[in-house]
Amino acid sequence: MWRDALLVAAKDVRIELRSRVALWQVLPFAVLVLVLFGFALGPGPAALRAAAPGLYWLAVLFSTVLATQRSMAIEAGEGTRDGLRLSGIDPAGVFLGKAAAVAVQLVAVQVLLGAGIVVLFDVHVQTWWLALVASVLATVGLSAAGVLYGALSSGLRVRETLLPLLVLPVVAPVLIAGSRAWSAAVSGAVASGASWLKILGPFAAVYLAVGVGLYGPLQETG
Amino acid sequence: MSAFARTPLRRSVTRVIGVAALAATAATVWLGLFVTPPAQVQGTLVRLLYLHPPVAWVALYCAFGVAALSSFLYLWRRTRSLFWDRLGASAVEVGVVFTALTLVTGSLWGRPTWGVWWTWTARLTSTALLLVLFLGYLALRRVPASPEVRARRCAVAALVAFVDVPIVSFSVDWWQTLHQRGTVLNPGLTLKVHGSMAWTMGLGFVAMTLVFVWMLLVRYRVETLAERIGDRELEISLSERWAEGAPEGTVAPGAPVAGTAVAGAPVAGAASGVPATGAAGALR
Repeated sequence: MWRDALLVAAKDVRIELRSRVALWQVLPFAVLVLVLFGFALGPGPAALRAAAPGLYWLAVLFSTVLATQRSMAIEAGEGTRDGLRLSGIDPAGVFLGKAAAVAVQLVAVQVLLGAGIVVLFDVHVQTWWLALVASVLATVGLSAAGVLYGALSSGLRVRETLLPLLVLPVVAPVLIAGSRAWSAAVSGAVASGASWLKILGPFAAVYLAVGVGLYGPLQETG
Repeated sequence: MSAFARTPLRRSVTRVIGVAALAATAATVWLGLFVTPPAQVQGTLVRLLYLHPPVAWVALYCAFGVAALSSFLYLWRRTRSLFWDRLGASAVEVGVVFTALTLVTGSLWGRPTWGVWWTWTARLTSTALLLVLFLGYLALRRVPASPEVRARRCAVAALVAFVDVPIVSFSVDWWQTLHQRGTVLNPGLTLKVHGSMAWTMGLGFVAMTLVFVWMLLVRYRVETLAERIGDRELEISLSERWAEGAPEGTVAPGAPVAGTAVAGAPVAGAASGVPATGAAGALR
């Protein structure tokens, strides 16, 4: 399963590197969202600084939807799905691999967004390790839930509208816990911030487990 | 299971449950509005307590519990049957209605008690999220697909959404907020309601559960009938098309034209007439 996952992840990342869709569409989109938030909340630095963690995670969520759609579009080509099924790769491996590839893209998005809120919103993170751990756990959860729902809605004519409706409520806990943890990391309140990891961690674990268990039946749908 | 679904026995069971649900609801209304005293602190507002927790119980535990269980049983190869798919879909639909009712009754209680229709507490937000999640399920269900494909997709969606239910019920303990802790299902499992009020609330639970079971059975029946009608309509259209084509086919060899036309007409009538009455019978 792990070897299969690595294969699929390497394949997806390689496709992304060559097609540059993530680089030229997903990353600029994330930055655009930040800039638009800046417009919406006005130029006052205090309001922006207070809202920054939430805006950051909202931008990450939107990027997750894009990255997931992209990840499924790779498999939408004629016969690609069948090829993947015929190859005898463990469905759980496919799930983990695709989730890992989405996670790699999300890491890139988050590095950019992190720099973005530091530069644009003048945010100073006090407790780096807290922000980092929260990001890692959230990334795992987001990519697992995203790929699961992406597979659910892939191949449907209405997938562009259906996927956000399905996936955004599911990842809302990540938005809540992620922004709270980041707020704590910014203000340096370690104890209260660390408690939010108790939501991010189980969320990631649960959706990884559900995905490993349920991706098989989903692939059967063809 | 599916054989039971078609027997007349099931219909009478449904009727008995329906009558029981009506009686229990009426009794709850009577006890809740006229017999029980107003509470010391909350006054007459407490009467919503006989409705709101039972409705929430049905939505969060009964409906989505049935949906998750039947989705699991559908996905498990040994018990895979469209029966579970239809049952799960019916449960989600009823559950969405009850979740919406939970939010509405809670909001009605919150306005005079807290002074606001809505607060951003954990419980409220996660219940609203749950509603949106299962609305997504219903949207997914509307997407045209073959029954098996749709069933598999929906089963996965329901299971994943069900993961949110524990977050809802434990959220009160996770996030310290304005919302009061569970009245019945608090960690110590001790009842904090007394006397006639406790009985009325208990009856409310029974009544709402009966209403749920009745709605589930009726909804399931509608689902099977809709499927059967869909099949019938296809059959009817097919046989009508067949009847249209029949005279042309017989004309070609050069047989007496008038005779075949006359013979063709009743056939066409019979072909479209018989399944039509069948469909009407299914509707009844």
